Amino acid sequence: MQPGAEIDGFAVGECVHRGGMATLWSVTHPGIDVALLMKVPLTAEGEDPAAIVSFEMEQMILPRLSGPHVPACFGTGDFERQAYVVMERIGGQTLYKRLGDLPLGYEEARAIAGKVASALANLHRQNVIHHDIKPSSIMFRERGEAVLIDFGLSHHNHLPDLLQEEFRLPYGTAPYMAPERLLGVRDDPRSDLFSLGVLLYFFTTGVRPFGETETLRGMRRRLWRDPTPPRKLRGDYPPWLQEIVLRCLEIDPAARYPTAAQLAFDLAHPEKVKLTARSQRIKRDPLRTVWHRRFNLGTMQPQPKSDVEAQLASSPIVAVALDTTEGSGALNEAIRVAAEQALSTLPSARLACLSVLKLNLLALDRTLDEQGQNKHVDRLVALQHWARPFQLDESRLTVHVLEAIDPAAAILEFAAVNLVDHIIIGARQNSMMRSLLGSVSARIASEAPCTVTVVRPSRLASPAGAGDDAKAADRPADEAAVTPPGLF
Amino acid sequence: MRLALFADIHANRQAFAACLEAARARGAERLICLGDIVGYGADPEWAVDTVTDLVAKGAIAVRGNHDNAIGVPSDSMNSDAQAAIDWTRGRLGAEQRAFLAGLPIMREEDNRLYVHSEASDPEGWRYVRDSSDAARSMMATEQHVTFCGHIHRPGLYSLSSAAKMTSFVPTADIEVQLLTGRRWLAVLGSVGQPRDGDPAASFAMFDTVSRAITYLRVPYDVDAAATRIRVSGLPRWLADRLLIGR
Repeated sequence: MQPGAEIDGFAVGECVHRGGMATLWSVTHPGIDVALLMKVPLTAEGEDPAAIVSFEMEQMILPRLSGPHVPACFGTGDFERQAYVVMERIGGQTLYKRLGDLPLGYEEARAIAGKVASALANLHRQNVIHHDIKPSSIMFRERGEAVLIDFGLSHHNHLPDLLQEEFRLPYGTAPYMAPERLLGVRDDPRSDLFSLGVLLYFFTTGVRPFGETETLRGMRRRLWRDPTPPRKLRGDYPPWLQEIVLRCLEIDPAARYPTAAQLAFDLAHPEKVKLTARSQRIKRDPLRTVWHRRFNLGTMQPQPKSDVEAQLASSPIVAVALDTTEGSGALNEAIRVAAEQALSTLPSARLACLSVLKLNLLALDRTLDEQGQNKHVDRLVALQHWARPFQLDESRLTVHVLEAIDPAAAILEFAAVNLVDHIIIGARQNSMMRSLLGSVSARIASEAPCTVTVVRPSRLASPAGAGDDAKAADRPADEAAVTPPGLF
Repeated sequence: MRLALFADIHANRQAFAACLEAARARGAERLICLGDIVGYGADPEWAVDTVTDLVAKGAIAVRGNHDNAIGVPSDSMNSDAQAAIDWTRGRLGAEQRAFLAGLPIMREEDNRLYVHSEASDPEGWRYVRDSSDAARSMMATEQHVTFCGHIHRPGLYSLSSAAKMTSFVPTADIEVQLLTGRRWLAVLGSVGQPRDGDPAASFAMFDTVSRAITYLRVPYDVDAAATRIRVSGLPRWLADRLLIGR
């Protein structure tokens, strides 16, 4: 391999990086007008045997990935002639360059972690667990999206895992490795959330939560020993941030965020993070707890084979959009029934209740009504009231009032930014309003990036909210108009 | 070239016909039959005639233990299997029996090996249940990929240059490239009597240029196949198990 060579139409330029497992070359191809990198594994005698296996994994996984959060793949070659992977060259530096600036400000660290969490959510939806999340595997596009690189240690739910039995010790970057990896578990996407938690802890405190140990014995401590709470290190550490970081660093994967999308949601809405005892902690767990964990390791071993898709599917973000301007009790009740059905079998699902406060084009800043009441707060209160019967743990429920001129656009934007999996919305009942304003639900159903359920009240209910009393008599008492008609 | 590979047809006409059609729709250019054309199912004559015809047109077929037991009685079969073999023997004509008896135990083609059970002792009819069974088979051949069946449950194993094994349960419809740096054992599911809990017929496509294998599942008229078994007087369990894929 040298500059000037040509491989399968790729003209080899300069060598831009020599790592322990592979070299990176700048290459060009007449038919491709983006900057390209060719990754060539080190396969000579005496090189790290992991180089070959991790190259094989990357060669299998990278061509199947798509979207802005991974480098696009333009070709692969295998060991018969010249092993290589050609991928898009992402400009700029990895997050590793920022290590000299630590600790970062909380806001900057939050923004970075939020982008990485969105990238992980996207990757996990493609059935891939990265398994080597650390500063040097994270880059950013000019538009801001995080790009994950280096898939040599990754696991694809639909492909053979070549690293499965290759190494006696878990392979990866010790300070960032999730505890379950030390037990041989490679199919839990929440391992990536742990690594991101390590990164966020490190970036906000300047200290790695589990030190820099490289020995297996040192690494195994994280199976029973929790890290020092960040508040102990920085007195001004925000409770919401500690809540997020320590939840990512939970030893048991089931105690972490169920999905990267849910973590991204909290990072995007720090003011809505449900604070638990975690957020205030200034001491590590008492020794009794630690010993209990240490000597009962067998009981905390995760399920041997989990399914990435199934896990994500069981933990969706469900957004319920309530059209409170003309919503009737019957319609909101029907929406509640639909939401209950969507949530009933999904103990890790998360509910976001939305109401759009429609702004007048000419009076964008008027949030007080004629009586001087704050409409925004009124809406929040109404949403909370509507959601109360679900009896959801507060960490699974958020309420949002979106102020917008175009309600459909606002709901679509919310769903896209927050990686919503399912929107539940009521159909507008009043035909005159509908013909004047167009149907919000129809536009959302056609343009949303996810599943949409459009709800209508049962046919027994008369339209537009009239006659609720008559209908209530036909229903069991507990279902009848839990939301008082006319509340909105 | 695109290969379609079928294992353990077991005289299930409805399942095999559905798989052949699916293979043709996917552009199969060469058919490989990995043994156990007969046994268990109620249409052995049709199954043997169909494979005979395919072989005449260039397909490859190897002999399975049930095919073998038609001519050479086996003493290791369970009573249902034995009953089905005895029933089948009476149904087949001399020519059909001769076709089964004349099938090779293994066939090699380019860098591929086709065998019914596994490569280390192909007439011992051992099952590939786990990585160590797979390793034994892979150590016994130089070929890049071995295709086999016999256990009625799909599996995909690889052996790295450092002699490390990987095992994997393939996902239907997902193409997996069999990398050249390691050796592979592709265990096919069964066309005519799946036992992995999914009653749909199982076969695979393999592209010899891209070296990509795709395991496929084909829904077929299971009720018709089960009814054929019941009315033929074969053991009832052989019909019932088709409905649950066990």
